Order: sequence, then structure tokens, then C-alpha cells
Amino acid sequence: MGKAIEIDWNIIENVIKQYSENREALLMIMQDISDIYNFVPPEVVPFLAKKLGIRESQVYSVATFYKTISLKPRGKYIVNVCTGTACHVRGAEKIMDALKQNLMIEEGQTTDDGIFSLAAVRCVGCCASGPVITVNHDTHGGLDRSKVLDVIEGYKKSAS
Amino acid sequence: MPLSEAGRWGEINTMARLANKDALQKLRKSLQVVDRHKKDKLISLCGGSGCGAYGTAKVHQALVAELKKQGLQEKVEIKRTGCHGFCEKGPIMVIYPQGAFYPQVKEEHVQEIVEKTIKGNEVVDSLAFKDPSTKKKIYFEKDIPFYRLQQRIIFGNNGLIDPTSIEDYITVGGYSALEKALFEMKPKDVISEIKKSGLRGRGGGGFPTGIKWETCRRHEGERYVICNADEGDPGAYMDRSLLEGNPHSVIEGMIIGALAIGSKEGYVYVRHEYPLAVKNLFTAIQKAEELGLLGQNILGSGLDFRIHISRGGGAFVCGESTALMASLEGKPGRPRAKYVHTVEKGFRDGPSNLNNVETWANVPVIINRGAEWYASIGTERSKGTKIFSLVGKVVNTGLVEVPMGTSLRTIIYDIGGGIPKKKKFKAVQTGGPSGGCIPERYLDLGVDFDELTKVGSIMGSGGMIVMDQDTCMVDVARYFLDFLKDESCGQCNPCREGIKQMLDILTDICQGKGKEGDIELLEELGAMIQKFSLCGLGTSAPNPVLTTIIYFRDEYEAHIRDKKCPAGVCKALFHYEIDKDKCTGCQLCAKKCPQEAITGEKKKTHVLDQAKCIKCGICYESCKFDAVVVR
Repeated sequence: MGKAIEIDWNIIENVIKQYSENREALLMIMQDISDIYNFVPPEVVPFLAKKLGIRESQVYSVATFYKTISLKPRGKYIVNVCTGTACHVRGAEKIMDALKQNLMIEEGQTTDDGIFSLAAVRCVGCCASGPVITVNHDTHGGLDRSKVLDVIEGYKKSAS
Repeated sequence: MPLSEAGRWGEINTMARLANKDALQKLRKSLQVVDRHKKDKLISLCGGSGCGAYGTAKVHQALVAELKKQGLQEKVEIKRTGCHGFCEKGPIMVIYPQGAFYPQVKEEHVQEIVEKTIKGNEVVDSLAFKDPSTKKKIYFEKDIPFYRLQQRIIFGNNGLIDPTSIEDYITVGGYSALEKALFEMKPKDVISEIKKSGLRGRGGGGFPTGIKWETCRRHEGERYVICNADEGDPGAYMDRSLLEGNPHSVIEGMIIGALAIGSKEGYVYVRHEYPLAVKNLFTAIQKAEELGLLGQNILGSGLDFRIHISRGGGAFVCGESTALMASLEGKPGRPRAKYVHTVEKGFRDGPSNLNNVETWANVPVIINRGAEWYASIGTERSKGTKIFSLVGKVVNTGLVEVPMGTSLRTIIYDIGGGIPKKKKFKAVQTGGPSGGCIPERYLDLGVDFDELTKVGSIMGSGGMIVMDQDTCMVDVARYFLDFLKDESCGQCNPCREGIKQMLDILTDICQGKGKEGDIELLEELGAMIQKFSLCGLGTSAPNPVLTTIIYFRDEYEAHIRDKKCPAGVCKALFHYEIDKDKCTGCQLCAKKCPQEAITGEKKKTHVLDQAKCIKCGICYESCKFDAVVVR
């Protein structure tokens, strides 16, 4: 990671247009940008502010308030360990420990090769299937230590 | 609606707009007659998020391939429905007309099911549901205790309809309540019907819905109707399942609300973490617009109403009404003091009526079946049914809809099947981070808005997390405060600083650094936060700590005085040992131990090397003879 990414300003402009340049849609615009780059590149902040007619500080205040938005680059696969109550009592912490050990990163970090980011999420609403992790938009349930490592192996294979 | 959403979720077939109520009735009749089930069999396959996590998509593919191979695709309909509720056993398949029930279906089961149940009329015994308490096989959905003891007036249609099909919803009587409200009732009649029904807010607040509507209508200005689908309580997912499985019931409720309140614009504020709910809701709104059930001059009645989707960003505090409305305006979701209520000045400073997903879904049922019928269900001050998310250490986890007032014991033991692996019940946590932990001696309490408050908890939005002997109550309290510390918006001191201080003390206790006087200090801090915080999140934040101190003080004391965690959760305060008398020398634990910390010959007592042990608990969970013990 570390190297600057190329931003396609046409795409960013299109996203803003789809929401009719409505400043109330700021969070959703950033979520859509996040879907493209896996994070919101800080370079787009002044652009968003100008297009929506608000101050940069307002864009930052929203970007830093909501957990779904990250201003730092994240990996190709964002692994979210659900730490909702149901998952917690069924051992979410052990799942997190296994992932930290396997990926050799801490919560909130990204692997050096830029493949995985690890984070905790508060309840994804799959409480009956806990412990649960989500990898990008996919959900994996009924996990234990060895099953979660199998899941990660699968992603490692498709990344290589 | 942003184009990006339409583009992302593909094309939607267009239908003709319904000009008036006759057109809707005609459509409903034709759908009911033109036999949607002309096919011999209907396979209802749960496509909810819970089953999805267990692999519904693969089963679906295998099913399509197998039916094609057998030349049955014309005779059998596959319906990918919303959540059936019995999520523990997912993916779930029900085959009609028999109602044959298959839990935990895998790809490799599909061939046999098609052979026996689709081509024949038999239920495959080896794949049928086994009742965990009686160990007997149960073949049909209606006979399963988990379903039999419920009263699913809100949730029942989930298993019958494809949430992406408005035709399915109309066929089962959908939008008939809207028709009735538009053409047979005046707005004030609708409000009085809702008031008479006794419906109270299902998000947890329990405010009478009819009174809220009436107050909102009284205030002048551009009024807004808003649906709270921010479902932030960890452990509760009924709103997700309703939106995913039956989005039209929520939309219909909102249109009726708009009529009663006098609103032209509605918003659904839904979590970004619920992508399937957003997708199904989007499709539903689009289809309702095409049919003229949303938009201008709905069914020729003169009512104009549109619904927009706003996706939230994962902030628990945004479930609070003023924070939610700030978020809708594109700002950080911080609550404000409610000297002026949102029904007077809310979203864009207009009178705004906010109700939760489940509350909206109750509205069409009340209008259709009448306030009197509705009020006959439940307790004196809590009417109707409530959907609970029964999760944690319980055999049958899933979504359970029962009349208000049903006892905790009935829900956990009769419907939930009790605690797995013969472990002992310890507590049930209700109401999410604002609720509390209820011990065994109160299990006969009926669950409604008022009863649980008597023991220091709340019903809340319906999360019910069962905890057994292996759950440490101090750790649970620490867990909730850790959650709330992250979720505090940071505006007011008591919540921002107080929660942090309480968390520090609890973390110390869990690490064996607890001191005499810590419990009293927690109580004092808790009382201060309850009294002086700005919003509901803060005032209720200490509840999980305070209730666990009341009911499980001995566990706190064991942590502080004896430096022991009796449940074996807080790693610094326990270790595993092998009980010499119980160990049979089966070598299972030794094989599974990732640290190779357990050694021993076959049929001889094993030894655990404490220096190597990382307390992962694999040996404890795998031992069949209870020979690994927590000390």
C-alpha cells in the first residue's frame, strides 16, 4: 500500500450527480465512493465540499463520525468480525484472536500486501448464526476457530 | 431515488398503473384466480440473511439444476422468500402443499429431496427435523414447537411471499388496508382506530402510536413520515428480517400513516450494514410507484406520497429520534435536547413522525382486522404481538413472534428449547445496551413494556440474549460499556467521560486488578450518568452494569476478592485443569490443542502444561466427559 491511487474524477462526479448534488446525501455519496475504492480518498473531500456547497470541515465531520467511512486505504477484502452481543457470548473474541494471529495484524489494520483489512462491527443482524464475519458483502456464519481460518484461506487463494 | 441504486440492482419489469381501487381489486382477484400455484409444488427457500450466511445461494442453484435435470421445472415453483425465523436451522426449505420441512439443507441433499418429496410425497426421514428435546423426527412445519407456539400476525407472511414481488403481497391481501383507509375512512378515523388498538412504539420507547400521529398532525408545516430501520441494538434483527422479507407491509403502513398525519414525503432510514434490506426495499418502492400505490394521486384518491431511502452509516446513537433526523439531513448524528419534540420540529424543522419498522408493519393489520380484535391480544397496557430475537445460548435461536405478556420461560424453554449441551441457564439480557440482565428467579415474568422495567431491564426493541453458566456477567457488563463508549457521540460529559471511567474500572476488574470499593464506585457513577446525560443512550447506558451488580454481585466479588472468574471467561482470572477422575484418556483434547499443551498416553490421564496454554477453550468445548474444568 502507501502509493497514491488514481482517482477517476468522472466517476466521482457521476456519483454526486446521481444524488442530484443534494447535500443531505453526503453520507450515501461517500458510501458509494467507498464501494469503488474501499475507502474515501481524502483528495475527494475538497471536491465534495465544492460540489455540494458545504465546508470541508462539514465533510470531515460526517466522514469521521460514521463507522462505514474510512479515510485511510483498506484492503481488497474488508473482514468485519461481528461483535454484537449474540456473537460475543458465542465466542466472537476467539474468532478475532484467530484472525489477528493468522493475518498478523491488529484490529483496524491492513496487511502489508493490501489484501485484508480487519475490523470489528457491531451486529450485522445475523444473530442466530453467530459467530459471524462479513467479508466485503458476503456473510459467513456458524464459525469457530478452524472454520474461520478455512474461510480466510479461500479468500487468500482467490486473491493470489 | 438515485440512479446508481437502480443500475446496481438491475432492470425491473414495468406494470400498468392502477387508476383506482377497482383496478387494485381486479388485479388482486386476477392474481388469486390466475393461479399462481398452477404448478404442482411450491418450494419455499429461505433467502434471509441468516440462512444466506449458511449458504442458501448454493442450495438454490443445485435445486434449479436438479429440477431441470429431472424435467420438473415447469411443474415446480421455487420461491426465494424472506426470513422464516428459525435461523439456527438454516438454510430452511419448506415444500408445499404438504408443508414438508427441511432444516440445514445442503447441496448434496437436493437430489434426494427432489426424488422423494417433489416426485413422490414422502419426507426424507434422515433429513427431517429432529426435535432436540424429544429426539423425535418432525416432518411438517406446523408441528414444530418453535412455530406452533407462536402467533405470527406480523411475521407470518414472510415464508409465503417473494419479497421482490408486489404481486405476491397483493395476492395475500396486501394493500387492502390502504384501500380501506383511503376510501372508507377519514384521517381522524385512522388515528382513532390506531389509538383504540393500543399500539405502542416497537422500537423500545413504547410511546402510544396513535397519540404521536395525532400530535404530529396538529402541528403546521411540511410534515414528514419516517421509518426507523437503524436497528442498532446488537442482538436484535427483527427489523432487518421484516424489511428483507416483507417490505411492502412497512410501505403500506407508512402510506396509511401519511394519510392520517397529512404528509407528502416519507423516509426510511436504514443501516448500510443491511444490504439485502436496502435492496428489497428499493425494489418494493419502485414497484409500488409503478402501480400507483406510491407517488401522485394514489389509487385516484388525491393522496400524494413518496418514500425515499436514506442509508445510515453504522452509528448506534442514530436510532435516537433527533440524531436520526440530523443524520437524514446529511450531518453527523448527534442528538439534541428535546425541549421541542420532533413531532413539532424535526427533520428540516418540519413536524416529523418517526416510527420503527415493526410498528409500521402493525398498521395494515390493525386497519384490516380492526382495533378491537387487535386490542384483544396482549396485556392490559401492551397490545398485540411482539417479535423477539431469541439468540445466544439457546437451542432454537431465531425470530419469535408471541402475544405481549408471554413469559420469558415460555419463550426460552418451550419455544427456544432451553439451553444447549445440558448447561445451566444464568441470565437473559433484554433490551440491548439500554436493557439489563434478568436472572432465573424472574423467568415467569410476562414480557411487555411495563413488566420488565420492574426488575431493572426493559423489553426494548425485542433483543433477547440468553446466557448460560459459561457467560461471565462482569465481562458482559464490560462488553456493553465498551460498545457504548465507542457509540457515545461525545457531546455531553456524563456519557462521554462517565462511561469511559466505568469501563476502565470494569476492565481492571476483569484483569484481576479490581479493588475494594469498585462496586460502590460503579454504582455511584452509574447513577450520575443516568441522571445527567442528554439523550436516551446516555441515561440508559449504566443499566447493564447496575442490573448485573444487583443480581450477580457474587461474581463481581469473586473477581475482586478471590481474583477468580467463575465462568472461565476473563483470561487473567482462571485456568483450565484436567480432572484426573473424569479423564478417560481419549486423546481428543490433545489432538485438538493448537499449542500442543496437552499430553498423555491413550487411556491414561492427560496433563495440561499451563505454561503453553493460551486458554482458547478448545479442549473445554471438545471434552465429552467434562474432564476439562475451569479453576
